[in-house]
Amino acid sequence: MSREQQAVARARKAFETGRSKPLEYRIHQLQNLQRLFSERQKEISDAINKDLKRSEVGMQMFETLGLEGEIALTIKKLKEWAAPRPVEKNLMTLSDTVYVWPEPLGVVLIIGAWNYPWAVTVQPLIGAIAAGNAAVVKPSEVCVHTAKVMEELLPVYIDKELYPVVCGGVPETQELLRQRFDHIFYTGNSTVGKLIMEAAAKHLTPVTLELGGKSPCYIDKNCDLSIACRRVAWGKFTNCGQTCIAPDYVLCEPSIQDRVIEEVKKSIKDFYTDNPKTCPDYGRIINQRHFKRIMGLLEDSAVTVGGENDESNCYIAPTVLRDVKPEAKVMQEEIFGPLLPIVPISGLDEAIKFINKGEKPLALYVFSSDDKVINRLRDQTSSGGFLANDCLVHFSVSSLPFGGVGNSGMGCYHGRFSFDQLSHLRGCLIKQLKMEGVNKMRYPPHTPKKLGWARFFILKTFNLGWVGRMLLLAVLAVVGAVVLQKYLQ
Amino acid sequence: MERQTLQRAREAFFSGRARPLEFRVQQLHALQKMLTEKENEISTALKQDLNRSQYDTPLLELIGIENEIKLAVEKLSDWAAPRSVEKNLLTLSDEVYIQPEPLGLVLIIGAWNYPWALTLLPLVGAIAAGNAAVVKPSELSECSSLLLRALLPRYLDKDLYPVVTGGAAETQELLKQKFDHIFYTGSSSVGKLVMEAAARHLTPVTLELGGKSPCYIDKNCDITTACRRITWGKLTNCGQTCIAPDYVLCESVVQSRVLEEIKKSIKEFYTDNPKVSDDYGRIVSQRHFKRLMGLMEGSTVAFGGDVDESQLYIGPTVLEGVTSESRVMKEEIFGPLLPIITVDGVEEAIQFINDREKPLVLYVFSYDKKLIKRMLAETSSGALLANDCLVHFIDSALPFGGVGHSGMGRYRGRHSFDLLSNLRSCLIKQLHLERVNSMRYPPHNSRRLGWARFFLLTQISLRRLGYVLAMLAALSAFLVQKYLRQD
Repeated sequence: MSREQQAVARARKAFETGRSKPLEYRIHQLQNLQRLFSERQKEISDAINKDLKRSEVGMQMFETLGLEGEIALTIKKLKEWAAPRPVEKNLMTLSDTVYVWPEPLGVVLIIGAWNYPWAVTVQPLIGAIAAGNAAVVKPSEVCVHTAKVMEELLPVYIDKELYPVVCGGVPETQELLRQRFDHIFYTGNSTVGKLIMEAAAKHLTPVTLELGGKSPCYIDKNCDLSIACRRVAWGKFTNCGQTCIAPDYVLCEPSIQDRVIEEVKKSIKDFYTDNPKTCPDYGRIINQRHFKRIMGLLEDSAVTVGGENDESNCYIAPTVLRDVKPEAKVMQEEIFGPLLPIVPISGLDEAIKFINKGEKPLALYVFSSDDKVINRLRDQTSSGGFLANDCLVHFSVSSLPFGGVGNSGMGCYHGRFSFDQLSHLRGCLIKQLKMEGVNKMRYPPHTPKKLGWARFFILKTFNLGWVGRMLLLAVLAVVGAVVLQKYLQ
Repeated sequence: MERQTLQRAREAFFSGRARPLEFRVQQLHALQKMLTEKENEISTALKQDLNRSQYDTPLLELIGIENEIKLAVEKLSDWAAPRSVEKNLLTLSDEVYIQPEPLGLVLIIGAWNYPWALTLLPLVGAIAAGNAAVVKPSELSECSSLLLRALLPRYLDKDLYPVVTGGAAETQELLKQKFDHIFYTGSSSVGKLVMEAAARHLTPVTLELGGKSPCYIDKNCDITTACRRITWGKLTNCGQTCIAPDYVLCESVVQSRVLEEIKKSIKEFYTDNPKVSDDYGRIVSQRHFKRLMGLMEGSTVAFGGDVDESQLYIGPTVLEGVTSESRVMKEEIFGPLLPIITVDGVEEAIQFINDREKPLVLYVFSYDKKLIKRMLAETSSGALLANDCLVHFIDSALPFGGVGHSGMGRYRGRHSFDLLSNLRSCLIKQLHLERVNSMRYPPHNSRRLGWARFFLLTQISLRRLGYVLAMLAALSAFLVQKYLRQD
């Protein structure tokens, strides 16, 4: 048996003991995970710094803070999420017990990404643990140092049989994908996403694919350009543009292009000083391969801000490209780097057409003070998430499902959505072995009269919730009348 | 040919006409009209396909669709409206909601056993969600398939909801094209192929598959009623139901009683000679007939077993002496054979069930609530139904779908709408309060991080806050009023 097979087999055996089912156990594991983040900040920070040159504060802000919030929310709400969920009754189920029963799926495979290695690998893990599953965690091999730290630290804090960490590259991932899982959660690119889904199909394993794409950013001329551009610059250059929901490119009218460039330039200086290369808050490209790829994208566009680079350091300065054409190299793939193309368009109509020509993105950004512009853009396009007047921050609203559509992905997570995504929501109907008289209408031999009754019972559904509310209102009205009457006396 | 049809459907979708709720409701009404006006033709087609009785047509297919349409029409503006979500400290002054929107072009591959229900129920969801949909009925229920192809374009928008008929070759051709969602009802083996094809376009799939749905009869229950319900569940549509009780597990002490009661119910429903009963169906094809005959090998026929190949007739049959090694236990039966397997009690039953793939539904018959809870807690299945069969499908409030080999995704009622929509997260902020944002901008320092921590990690229940504020407002109004009256 290969190492991967063994890890999966052990996880399944551990799951089958049933120990991950009790809520207390799940909460205990989540609390341990919480301790990992409070006790081991230094090791986590050092590794991230080596992988992505992120400052310690930056690391916390963009990785562990979100996870801490997610763990706290999950622990607080787990009892509610895991409880049976009553559903609306109808005439046929009046005397029955009807509910949805959340239960674990079994063994989940979580394939993490390298850009926010802790955030995108551990956030699904939180959901997996909360839902009572076992989970095989496969961190991205591209963030070499962080993968190693994950492999070392996770087994120290959480059940190492239920939640094994399996490191490795493509061959190890392929070996994992040959095994059978009850759900596969993948964060990464669309090309590999297809391979994952194909592998999952062989076992009929459901998948969640958090992919990417080119997230457009429309800047309306009718808005506070200074604030808009600051938020766009922050969204773009955080983590050196290596964010699945980074604003990939800007669409704006030619009349404001210069101003946009000015403001973005100002913000870059505010954030990263005149020399971002020496700024501790400015990151690096993850590796040589991506460095070369991103540099290649610059070929046929005009650099108007930045452009400096240093291959030995995998450093690319915050860069803005102007008057970019739709056929330019930089517009043919997700950039995932610190290049911000500005594509001039004649107005909102052209922007919408342009956006709809491409694949549905993971996020769509619009900056405008005009509600009508915002609503039009929302109604005439499609995307995983839609954010007006800011970038990235919808990621931290745990009541919003986070996920893509079309080429940007399938499934969603965060908060309760993670729990639901990694649970089986089992429909339960508990009837009684009485009132058999009612059932006579369905048994053969069939007659028109019986059919008439069946029709009545099935079609005359009424909302018991509504009835209840009406009754309550009636009672309140009576009470109110009595009180009023007394008062008037 | 298919490519042109798809192109037309996509263009029709992009024209935007499927979007307004009025249009969707109108199409749903038209679908209902088709079912009401053409009930006789549909009945005839079903009789030819499955020897379905004229009462079973509305009972098993049309009433369900009518119900679904009614619910969708009634609730559509509710379902399609933006859904507010809980805010946090950072989004207090923002609009935060989920906006349901259409996916685009949906492919619906129907099944032959309930050709109308299983093809049109997903279509109701697709229309309600504002999509275009290519409908591919099963070629095995040939008359229904051809009738659907003739009727649907007469009632519904024929560009938005084209019907494509054909066999495996045509289906494979369809699956090479790109869709925004594929909804497949059928077998697990074809389900894998559908998902594989979908993977090439990153198309999400709903697979309503099957499996062997176990039925545990506790000795502590009303055996007569239990067996009547099981017999009905099993023999409806001649056992060709994805949620039919596939096999029975019971203790040997009740086995003969179970057999007796089942025999009694069979006679009640279908007379001594089911072959001449209007209400007893037929096997859909020669291939399935032969398959079912093969399944009987190695087991003892305790009752029934009479067949007539020329009519594709297999009589209601109960099998005994069945073990996990018997042929009839190696695949989903999908026919009128009911194996009874004896177990030592609920523990062995649970073990038996868990040794197999997760089924689409698990049935348990018992007075004992604790036993039912135990079954629920120690097994997994798409759904669990205690003390009856099949009827959880009628309750559109319950999500209907499988888990593991029995499928993925769930539908019915609002679940269909959500399944075939993109539930898009929307956050509408303002271009002010920039001071609050300064904590996130570089240059980073611990103080700013501290603020970020506060804002992100402080969870306040805004609902509770709302109640508190409302109460304070009411109290102050009352006090002010009192104070004013005293003047």
